[in-house]
Amino acid sequence: MSTDEKVERHTIAILVDNEAGVLARVVGLFSGRGYNIESLTVGEVDQAEHTSRITVVTAGTPMVIEQIKAQLDRLVPVHKVMDLTVETNSVEREMALVKVAGTGERRVEALRLSDAFRARVIDTTHTSFVFEVTGTSSKIDAFIGLMRPLGLVDVSRTGVVAIARGPEAM
Amino acid sequence: MAAHEMTGAEIVIKALVDQGVDTIFGYPGGAVLPIYDALFQQNNIRHILVRHEQGAVHAAEGYARSTGKPGVVLVTSGPGATNAVTGLTDALMDSIPIVCLTGQVATHLIGSDAFQECDTVGITRHCTKHNWLVKSAPELARVMHEAFYVATHGRPGPVVIDIPKDVQFQKGEYAGPQNVVHRTYRPKVKGDIDKIKEAVDLIANAKKPVFYTGGGVINSGNLASQLLREFVRLTGYPITSTLMGLGAYPASDKQWLGMLGMHGTFEANNAMHDCDVLINIGARFDDRVTGRLDAFAPNSKKIHVDIDASSINKNVRIDVGIVGDCAHVLEDMLRIWKSKARRPDKDALADWWKQIETWRGRKSLSFKTSEDVIKPQQAIQRLYELSKHRETYITTEVGQHQMWAAQHFPFEEPKHWMTSGGLGTMGYGLPAAVGVQIAHPDALVIDIAGEASIQMCMQEISTAVQFMLPVKIFILNNEYMGMVRQWQELLHEGRYSHSYSDSLPDFVKLAEAYGATGIRAEKPSELDAAIRKMIETPGPVIFDCMVDKFENCYPMIPSGAAHNEMILGDDAEGATVSEEGKMLV
Ligand SMILES: Cc1ncc(C[n+]2csc(CCOP(=O)(O)OP(=O)(O)O)c2C)c(N)n1
Ligand SMILES: [Mg+2]
Repeated sequence: MSTDEKVERHTIAILVDNEAGVLARVVGLFSGRGYNIESLTVGEVDQAEHTSRITVVTAGTPMVIEQIKAQLDRLVPVHKVMDLTVETNSVEREMALVKVAGTGERRVEALRLSDAFRARVIDTTHTSFVFEVTGTSSKIDAFIGLMRPLGLVDVSRTGVVAIARGPEAM
Repeated sequence: MAAHEMTGAEIVIKALVDQGVDTIFGYPGGAVLPIYDALFQQNNIRHILVRHEQGAVHAAEGYARSTGKPGVVLVTSGPGATNAVTGLTDALMDSIPIVCLTGQVATHLIGSDAFQECDTVGITRHCTKHNWLVKSAPELARVMHEAFYVATHGRPGPVVIDIPKDVQFQKGEYAGPQNVVHRTYRPKVKGDIDKIKEAVDLIANAKKPVFYTGGGVINSGNLASQLLREFVRLTGYPITSTLMGLGAYPASDKQWLGMLGMHGTFEANNAMHDCDVLINIGARFDDRVTGRLDAFAPNSKKIHVDIDASSINKNVRIDVGIVGDCAHVLEDMLRIWKSKARRPDKDALADWWKQIETWRGRKSLSFKTSEDVIKPQQAIQRLYELSKHRETYITTEVGQHQMWAAQHFPFEEPKHWMTSGGLGTMGYGLPAAVGVQIAHPDALVIDIAGEASIQMCMQEISTAVQFMLPVKIFILNNEYMGMVRQWQELLHEGRYSHSYSDSLPDFVKLAEAYGATGIRAEKPSELDAAIRKMIETPGPVIFDCMVDKFENCYPMIPSGAAHNEMILGDDAEGATVSEEGKMLV
């Protein structure tokens, strides 16, 4: 039954109490039950309230996605779980730092393309650039793909953060 | 402020007392000495010294399941904590409320590979409902009360509080339970009323309904069992239950079909397979119950009541899922049923019962007795007949004897049957019996055991002797890990690889060595007198019941098969398992 269904990609936001080990609980849930993690980000969002927000991008059949949300929700330190892919209209962003080394024509081409992606140069030497690029994950994938033949040497990505559109809190 | 200050160890004891705890199960060691010292200086809490930390957790489970109260465990760091892991996992799988206190090395030593250090919260994160490492005495009282709240609310489960030794000495302020409100955990107990109405409609219009109930009814409390009985009788529908749910509905009642699942009755499993409305109250569609998923109750609408939202739609697609506590939901169902003056479809129900009676007529639990060898099923039936006038609690180990006990020992009341269902832990039964007997000193407490399982926590007989607990260990001794042998017969052409119980101890002498009583029965003619003697013996007894070595447990749904593809005892000859089935456990 569940195996016949199509695999979907979902972005899930989890508001948690910022207590020791809470990230291990969330990650352990995914590994222990065999769910995918495509991307994971975490950061404290309210210092006074001691809450952190975890954003997970995962993939599974609709039944598995339901399971993931229900399993997350029953973790004791979890305040709220929100599926940003189905419940609301939402926006997603990821940032990457991309290091490209080279000289001459390739270097010029890298700079020209970075402009098209609205990437910023945040470090430069005579033989390298570090670009900061922000956007959806697929935009970043595309940028990295273009940089590969131009001397890509290093990539660091933040993972996806996402938030619902409109005036309401999570 | 100074007036309220206590040491961490004193805070632990005070919090236990304020939580209504009067008994704990434990084993001392370096990292919990301050708590043991505080225990020594008070009289409110009784400490039961076990012989192995696994035994402490199982004893606490037996205590919890037979009382409805949380079981409390105290063990030391490192090996004390790792020995508790099997028990914690068992309690997690079977939803048993346990609060386990573990000692830890001093905070400044954590992470240094200190003597008897282990990452207890890391190790137990996966086998507890929640756990805490307490880094200072001032937070200890709050964590203690939160731990009891988490263990007992929502779907119950085990929790661990890891307390470094310096925190046990450190001073901090105490706060009572009334001052502690959990920041995040608010399980839902009332079911959604629209869903309940939808469920009642489905139930009322059913032609071939069946109730399928589980351990959730027992965990919910005695009220849930009462309400279940009332609702089932009002509808006149058949009812079956999982291994964990036995006793919620009386086995003597005519609507009772017996247990379902891998070793369930022919009538229960066929009713599940053919039903048009399946009413699951507090069970979780475990694979021992469903068999092959794509052939599970294929033509039915499914209602599922569970306090744990993640159980709904986990293994089986549900039509009406109701998140809530069984007692609350049953109360609403009954009220709505009555207020709308619902009536079952009499004619359809009569046809359904007629069909069920033909399945029942198959007598799937029957077996052949013999003159010279005791049949294990017969031993259990005699045990029941000779103990039914007493308040009797049954625990079990894991294997064929466990399934025979579930099949042949009828339960009329909840909380009288404790078995390791989810984890299937050999070694559970004896320590669990110790815990039950502590809670019910005057009751007859019997561990129905196998000769292999009993050796896994045998040491707890010493605990029983020390605390004068008259537990009875009733070993169905078939000289085999019978359940393993049965699977090897079915799946591996009778190659009995390492499933013979060689070099067994003389259980009668073993009992005597521990200061208990040993009894042996070898022939059917000796059985009744020997069982009577066991029941009449005031102290702990090991009963070595020599039974047929080759008896198999039937009926059986082989792995990977559907409910209507059962193997029955009288035509089991040459039964096999499909290739896919062999991959399953
Ligand atoms: C701790 C543990 N180890 C292994 C198993 C696998 N296992 C299940 S039943 C069984 C045999 C039990 O033999 P016995 O206690 O003699 O019971 P019988 O089946 O003969 O009644 C084994 C080894 C288990 N359930 N638990
Ligand atoms: Mg055996």
